[in-house]
Amino acid sequence: MYSNKERAIKILFTVFAFASMFFLAGIVFVLFKESLPLISEVELSNFFGKQWYPTYEPAEFGILPLIFGSLWVTAGALFVCVPLGIGTALYVYELASPGQKQVLKPVIEILGGIPSIVYGFFGMLIVAPFVQNLFDIPTGLCALTAGLVLGIMAIPTVASLSEDALSFVPNSFKEASYALGANRWQTLTKVIIPAAASGISTSVILGMSRIVGETMTVLMVSGGSAIMPKSFFDPIRPMTSAIAAEMGEAAVGSVHYHALFAIGLILFLITLIFNAAAEIISKKYRVKLGLDR
Amino acid sequence: MKKALAAVLAVSLFAGNVFAGKIIMEGSTTVLPIAQRAAEEFMDANSSVDITVRGGGSGVGINSLISGTCDIANSSRAIKDTEIQAAVSKGRKAKAFVVAMDGIAVIVNSQNPVSKLSKKQIMDIYTGKAVNWSQVGGNNSKIVVVSRDSASGTYESFGELALNKQKVIGSALMQASNQAIVTAVSKTPGAIGYVGVGYTGGGIKSVAIDGVAASKETVLTGKYPYSRPLFMYTDGEPKGDTKNFIDFVLSADGQAIAEEEGFVPLK
Repeated sequence: MYSNKERAIKILFTVFAFASMFFLAGIVFVLFKESLPLISEVELSNFFGKQWYPTYEPAEFGILPLIFGSLWVTAGALFVCVPLGIGTALYVYELASPGQKQVLKPVIEILGGIPSIVYGFFGMLIVAPFVQNLFDIPTGLCALTAGLVLGIMAIPTVASLSEDALSFVPNSFKEASYALGANRWQTLTKVIIPAAASGISTSVILGMSRIVGETMTVLMVSGGSAIMPKSFFDPIRPMTSAIAAEMGEAAVGSVHYHALFAIGLILFLITLIFNAAAEIISKKYRVKLGLDR
Repeated sequence: MKKALAAVLAVSLFAGNVFAGKIIMEGSTTVLPIAQRAAEEFMDANSSVDITVRGGGSGVGINSLISGTCDIANSSRAIKDTEIQAAVSKGRKAKAFVVAMDGIAVIVNSQNPVSKLSKKQIMDIYTGKAVNWSQVGGNNSKIVVVSRDSASGTYESFGELALNKQKVIGSALMQASNQAIVTAVSKTPGAIGYVGVGYTGGGIKSVAIDGVAASKETVLTGKYPYSRPLFMYTDGEPKGDTKNFIDFVLSADGQAIAEEEGFVPLK
């Protein structure tokens, strides 16, 4: 009796565990199924062109402006989240008193829990007009604003994962360094940070993964112009916001519909590469520190 | 013999029951939001009726009506002579119902001294020929073109009414809703945008086009240039559920839906 119950529970949890695999397979299948028809419908030179006019006759499906939009906003956000995120992690790890730690860590977590639409509002109503006035540019809805807001959004990811990486460095490293006469700064920069470097890189890559996939916020603050950006003051249309803005109105099975799925597939591949890279790097790091047991 | 007759009768009755409560609507994506919401509310009140609403564009809808594959064709333009002839040759007669008026107001920041523009100037601005307000009678500042996203019905309407189907300049800011347009224009001194007539907000003002201010009255009378009637076409005089549905769209409740979706109701 008991063992039957146990077996049933085991099967149930096995099903749960493999459910995500099933969902992933389903999503990948649909992404490919809905985007592959595009190959016969649109010429490659059109698809990798610079003009995105999907609803005109003849329609143009150049996705380069969208890809570059995503790249620019990611680059902009990295300028914000890397120094602030890693700086936060270093402070919490090395300098913060236990009391400060108790306040800082949950606050960072809360920052990470704010819904992206709230960031979007904040960006649209406060950051965009601020950027517009500060640089005296025609509009604040541009790559810079999107980068700033997304950078703030990615700080929690970078900060908490970097902090984890730092605290995973065995205490013996620190003690050995002090024993050799190194001071606190030398220990931090020459021993702790190099030891945690791959963990910190992982945190940055996962932050990038979040930025590139973020949709609601960029839809609201990036301006939405499908042009090749020439400066951070240009409005942009990242891949995610193109899909979000257009999918609702694209007729099912149309060329436009397939093109949007193809963008989704490209986005999926980008985040897949990011996540794989993060996984590989963090594995190496565990081996290096002798934690891979 | 009697049995066979009874069987035929039964089948036709059965078939009649299946098809009696089914309405297929097809056509303009501009009319789609009205049709969709009206269909939902109509089906809530009449559970035996099943309404399918499809987009595709005005021409697609009218062609489907002519070929008999839909019951109601939604259209943002009047039926063409060639389409009337095609309908007649198939023994059909398209009957038009105006269900709402579509009007698009052009808005600028309230600090902008420009208060009127011509249709030509609007076209120049939106296609990128005019890039500075001084070219259209304003201050020396860059024009920030704001547009609805390319997938919206308002974008399509504006393209047809104001731009003669020319492309909106690529650097235009694309916004996902009327509210986002109002926000962008109110926060940007040099911005110009467009929203459904009747949609207002702080920090913006609408400009007169060719000397006519955008209002519900000028849209209803057709004086305002960026206005047009929206149609539902049926094959001949509508009957049964189709008639009930059209009546619903034209009722006070149906017109309230049209207004909520950003159009100008008929009454």
